[in-house]
Amino acid sequence: MKSISKTAIIASACLVVCLAASIILLRRVDRIRPQATLDEVLYISSPKVLKRASLGYDGLMADIYWTRAVQYFGHRHFLYSRSYNELAPLLEITTHLDPHLLVAYQFGASFLAPKPPNGAGQPQRAVELMEYGIQNNPDEWRLYYNLGFVYYMELKDYAKAAEAFERGSKVPNAHPFLKVMAAQMAQHAGEFETARALWTATYQTTQDRQIRANALEHLRALRVDEDVFHLQELVNEYQQKIGIAPSNLNDLVAMGMLSGIPVDPDGHAYKLTADGRIEVSEPDEFPFITEGLPPGYKPAPPKFHVQP
Amino acid sequence: MSARIVFIASNTFREAVRDRVLYNLIAFALLLSGAAILVGQISIDIERLVVINLGLTAVSLFGIVIAIFIGIGLVSKEIERRTLYTVLSRPVRRWEFIVGKFFGLAGTLVVNTFFMAIGVFAALLYVSHKFARPDALIFVALYFIILQFLIICSLALLFSSFSSPLLSAVFTFSLFVIGSFAEDLRGFAGMAHGLTRWLASAAAYLVPNFSALNVISSIAHEQPVAVQLILHNSLYAMVYAGAALSGAILIFEYRDLK
Repeated sequence: MKSISKTAIIASACLVVCLAASIILLRRVDRIRPQATLDEVLYISSPKVLKRASLGYDGLMADIYWTRAVQYFGHRHFLYSRSYNELAPLLEITTHLDPHLLVAYQFGASFLAPKPPNGAGQPQRAVELMEYGIQNNPDEWRLYYNLGFVYYMELKDYAKAAEAFERGSKVPNAHPFLKVMAAQMAQHAGEFETARALWTATYQTTQDRQIRANALEHLRALRVDEDVFHLQELVNEYQQKIGIAPSNLNDLVAMGMLSGIPVDPDGHAYKLTADGRIEVSEPDEFPFITEGLPPGYKPAPPKFHVQP
Repeated sequence: MSARIVFIASNTFREAVRDRVLYNLIAFALLLSGAAILVGQISIDIERLVVINLGLTAVSLFGIVIAIFIGIGLVSKEIERRTLYTVLSRPVRRWEFIVGKFFGLAGTLVVNTFFMAIGVFAALLYVSHKFARPDALIFVALYFIILQFLIICSLALLFSSFSSPLLSAVFTFSLFVIGSFAEDLRGFAGMAHGLTRWLASAAAYLVPNFSALNVISSIAHEQPVAVQLILHNSLYAMVYAGAALSGAILIFEYRDLK
């Protein structure tokens, strides 16, 4: 009995030591060959082969591939990567495995369409993904909305955007907002108003916390873009009237062109640079702004201010 | 059902429990609870889908593995241990022995599925916080999975009645894989001509059609299942299992057990 206990103790100790050593060694091996990470590898790229190989359990396989797509995008986004080569194939596989996985279309389009580093910069692939989604789920008005969104925001194709919203408005139980958007696109309404309307609709029609947070962040950025745009117009107007550029924004207030020093949504005052440009004080707080950025500014990772 | 069949079936069930078959429930519980907790953190918006897809896939695959690995030994093990001679020396007919074994294994799998179903619903409650009316569709998927088990059990018994356990496992598993491609096989038959068409069509109708019994993905998306499909699938599974069982009885009836 005694010898058995001794053997058991030694075997247990060996087991623990060997397991711990194998983990340490594997971590060292990973450091030696960093390219060995799996995120760039797509062993089977054919959705049809994968569907067959899943032996009918394609729903679970689709969930696994969707999780892979999310992890792939998140990992590369975190690294400020500008290439997302495997994202579109991963999404294609996911949606072929489960054509009714709506979340893969909705989030997939917002991963694919925006320019790097906020997305993969592949709006055409996003359009293809959405069209495939619509083909398989013709009664889902959100897919038409997302398609119109990509056409409007990323491709600036107002005719196609209007067409997508129009198609969506005919779907049973479609949000009435789609009809309004179709008309607005057709009229080529002001870009800020249309973009605000789109993001507001996104915010109001989704239950997903992350999509709402993203929409709010875009609405904040839109307000900043619009403020900078109008302030820049006022600076130019001042220069035309007086002949010299204003030295700071107080000059515009003194001229009665502004009622006070304007502030961004966080309460920071906008700055007027020596070369007459309007800049935001804290650009890192507004990851999606396109106006008022300092020259050569490198964007920080997006942070979401409001948890709706 | 005769008392002798019930007796053999209950013994088969007891033997399976003694063989610690139900231990797979622990692995299943760990898998499902792990997935329910982790998926929300590593993916987006598919917690409910994963619990249903993973839960039902695991119920199906665990059950199929159990059906194959127990089914293939049901006859051969009795011969090997020579317990079959004791059984058959009593007033038990050979066909009763086969049918009893079938019901014993099917019963084991139904009990196993029952406990797994509790796990699936518990995980679903954990991620959704409440049950919705479409969740009742999961019962349909579970029922279809049990129908799958009946077919697999009968096939394992059929092969077990004349072949070694290893070959029986290979045959049964191969038929499960081919059966998952049954609709493709039928599609291939439709494209072929002449003798190839006949052979492909015959093969397509001969292998069990498991794809019609797999509704996991559509249930996960809350798509209803037609009552007619439930009826036809039930009849199909019973008829197919009946055919395989009849084959097993025929072979076993004429098998020289000396």
